[in-house]
Amino acid sequence: MSAQAALERRRQAIYGWLLLSPAAVLLTTFAFYPSIATLWSSLFSRGTRRKPPEFVGLENYRDLMADPTFWLVVKNNLIYAAVTIPVSITIALAMALWANSKIPARGLVRTAYFTPTVLPMIAAANLWLFFYTPGLGVLDQIGALFGLPSVNWLGQPETALWAVIIVTVWKEAGFFMIFYLAALQTIPEDLREAADIEGASRWTYTRRIVLPLLMPTTLFIVVNALINSVKLIDHLFILTKGGPSDASKLILYYIWEMAFAFFDAPHAAAMTILVLGVLAVVAGIKFSYLDKRTHYQ
Amino acid sequence: MSAAMRHAEGLGALLLAAVWISPLLFAFWAAFHSTSDAVNLNIWAPWTLDNFRTAWAGAPWLRYFVNTFILVTVVLIGQFVVTTLAGFAFAKVAFPGKDLVFILVLMQLFILPEVLIVENYAMVSRIGLFDTILGVGMPYMASAFGIFLMRQAFKSVPIELHEAARIEGCGWLGLLMRVYVPLAWPTYLAYALVSVSTHWNNFLWPLIVTNSPETRPLTVGLSIFGAPENGVDISVISAATMMSIAPLLVAFLVFQRQFVQAFLRAGIK
Repeated sequence: MSAQAALERRRQAIYGWLLLSPAAVLLTTFAFYPSIATLWSSLFSRGTRRKPPEFVGLENYRDLMADPTFWLVVKNNLIYAAVTIPVSITIALAMALWANSKIPARGLVRTAYFTPTVLPMIAAANLWLFFYTPGLGVLDQIGALFGLPSVNWLGQPETALWAVIIVTVWKEAGFFMIFYLAALQTIPEDLREAADIEGASRWTYTRRIVLPLLMPTTLFIVVNALINSVKLIDHLFILTKGGPSDASKLILYYIWEMAFAFFDAPHAAAMTILVLGVLAVVAGIKFSYLDKRTHYQ
Repeated sequence: MSAAMRHAEGLGALLLAAVWISPLLFAFWAAFHSTSDAVNLNIWAPWTLDNFRTAWAGAPWLRYFVNTFILVTVVLIGQFVVTTLAGFAFAKVAFPGKDLVFILVLMQLFILPEVLIVENYAMVSRIGLFDTILGVGMPYMASAFGIFLMRQAFKSVPIELHEAARIEGCGWLGLLMRVYVPLAWPTYLAYALVSVSTHWNNFLWPLIVTNSPETRPLTVGLSIFGAPENGVDISVISAATMMSIAPLLVAFLVFQRQFVQAFLRAGIK
């Protein structure tokens, strides 16, 4: 009997690894090996025709620390994250609360909120170009009605990053709304009735009952929004190309530029490692803290 | 709640909806008007299809559409195969090292393919897939997210069905194909919707790996078409944008409910 059990166990082990092998091969090829390879190549100098790459230790990282553009890009990305995350979450929450209450044309309203989510970032950027173009754009036309001067939203360092941020918020708020909507629907009706009986105002009900119950959803969305603040850069290619004078450049765009426009792979690799480090911290927080609240099993 | 309050709130919701949809509506309107009418916001100007004719003639759109279509299909098929097998292994098979491997898979959720562009580009070139549609799709096939989703779906299948099929003499593969996969079809549908819309819209990675009209997907084609060097005017860009988002947008408007459910299922679990 125990011999049979051992046989069954061994068979399961073989099946398990067989089933897993395609995923294991692909994940190794396109995630784990590249991560290690990135770390490795970030420690070498950029080879030229005459001089092969040589081991330079942390030299590339030191270069980055001394590069004012790098710090500007980090600052831009921090602003990008610090604005897009709370603003899109607040708007998403308002959208969800409205789309969940009895308002006229609710279906249409929901569709309007959610539609930007299904558009490619590139298309979204094209749509917004229309708003931002100086002189001809919709924003300037509206401004002109009130006698405001023409503003080159994308062409001046003070406004370019903000123009990019607005497009991101527009794109992701509707997506986050969906998660809030789902969570709102799980809040039992009795809580609202109880609050009504106690004479609590709608504001009190929202603040004291709804918002705390939405907390796990909010944390989940924050993690998603954090990842998005690294990932969502496609619109830069259309709107500003990181300019003017790097005022709207974000880290991933800089990595792309470093690797594929300046052909400086080692510095791009060093930057990639720093980003992966930040993502690892986010992952650590998520798995150690958040998962105690949201159950996966 | 007072009636006035409710009206104010309805108004706020409608106003936000109007603001939110306006870029899309405006571009739609501009696509059907001459550039001078569009930039002057000439509401009563005549409608025209000229922009679409110009845009259509300006780039191999049909080829781009076909490429995007092939890309999303290839990615989806690859993901279904890989994540089904791996999800099943994690959900129902006991093998040594399972927990450790599962943590490795979860880690991949945070190693974004977008961040590893430099080394993945080197890898794809090394295995001879540069400038191929397969090269664009391959890094996404073993999606940790998909594996996770399938694992959850398979875990919820009652053990009685599993045992009944075993007693009937069903092998592991038969069990997977006849019991688990059919029962998990809502998850497959949800995953398919999310995957298709993600890869229909993906840009950075295809931009790096493709180098010719024969492989370029719509998003990359659109960005090249609209590049300022090409000097295309804004109405024509709007027309091109409308063309490239139309299939997904129409599909979304028709299957809105399923779409939203799909995103929910994909995100919450």
